[in-house]
Amino acid sequence: MIIKVLGTGCPNCLKLEASARIAAKELGLEAEIVKVTKIEEITAYGIMRTPGLVVDEKVVSYGKVLNPTEVKVLLEKVSAPGRLSGV
Amino acid sequence: MNLFVWINDVFLKMTWLYDSVGTVLGWFGLTHDSVLGAVLHFFLYDTIKIFILLSVLIFTVSTIQSYFPPERSRRILGRFKGIWGNLIGALLGTITPFCSCSSIPLFIGFTSAGLPIGVTFSFLISSPLVDLASILLLASVFNWKIALAYVVVGVLLAVFSGTIISKLHLEDQVASFAFNKPAFELDEETLTRKQRVSFAVDAVKDIVRKVWLYVLIGVGLGALIHNVVPEPLITGLLGQDKWYSVPLATLVGVPLYADIFGTLPIAEALVAKGAGIGTALSFLMGVTALSLPSMVLLSKVVKPKLLTIFAVIVTIGIMVIGFLFNAFGLGLL
Repeated sequence: MIIKVLGTGCPNCLKLEASARIAAKELGLEAEIVKVTKIEEITAYGIMRTPGLVVDEKVVSYGKVLNPTEVKVLLEKVSAPGRLSGV
Repeated sequence: MNLFVWINDVFLKMTWLYDSVGTVLGWFGLTHDSVLGAVLHFFLYDTIKIFILLSVLIFTVSTIQSYFPPERSRRILGRFKGIWGNLIGALLGTITPFCSCSSIPLFIGFTSAGLPIGVTFSFLISSPLVDLASILLLASVFNWKIALAYVVVGVLLAVFSGTIISKLHLEDQVASFAFNKPAFELDEETLTRKQRVSFAVDAVKDIVRKVWLYVLIGVGLGALIHNVVPEPLITGLLGQDKWYSVPLATLVGVPLYADIFGTLPIAEALVAKGAGIGTALSFLMGVTALSLPSMVLLSKVVKPKLLTIFAVIVTIGIMVIGFLFNAFGLGLL
């Protein structure tokens, strides 16, 4: 799983990145966390409010500084179908 | 006393707070006879008042704003052509929430959706300049006539500047990637009432954290101007009969970065000491509408020529507004 945090480096983006790290760790996910700071790349995802959170190239949240629990909910939602098909 | 005046005095001007701060200071022997007493009175009353108003206002305003995310504003704006686009853009700018660190994604989000750059500029100018909270704050510090006049000229400035930028056809002055269609379509999210409340609570926390220092500095400077700086100095430099007062206030205000909550106490004190109302408004608009940090941000997508045109048009507009208020605005005070 690749988790991208979109943001030009404002304090809110750093907070979201920290939340994402904690959430991935607590869920025991093999996730690579990538920071996207280039404005061209950020806007290519179509978001108008930073920070944005992208999981496996899908925008799951934007304009919100999520806490670790909120990120966990989103990650579980995204990764749930994968787990089922793996069974 | 009619009901409107009573509501205005109790909730906006908070005359009870003014009196109680005076009473408490009186217990310590700090009356208006001493400079320290007068400075402290202004400082404590204004600080407490601004933080109360700030919290209540931001909460209310953010709840309204949660119905107008930029994604929705962009969709609404797509329906309007010509000057109507600029007008609606300026009006939406007053209610759409966005933090200054999002101004670039927002700019690109608008242009990539095919909105004219002039409309985007109308939005970007009115957004920091006129917001719902600032209207109530102006009504508290000055009065309702000034607050409404401020809103009208603020929106006109945004419409007018955006229209000129449209007419100049400066699309080549915007970084080309801003016109790329995004690779992803996002769903517009709908919020529950609970999410709106938590959005509003977060906004209050966020804004208080961001502005408290500016408010303290602003009120501190205001208190000094109010009670220490000699009146002839203010009237001599910034009096409404001095033609140079408006350009001076504008040019001092433009590079500064602060928001309206920190700037208003300074404007309030300047007017109380004899500065022209137009001069004070020019300062206020200069500080909020343009600043060095926001220009640096914008320069990432806008080339120097357009950036300069933008800054020059807005600066001239602010000066014109200042001159008009000094010439005709006395009746409003």
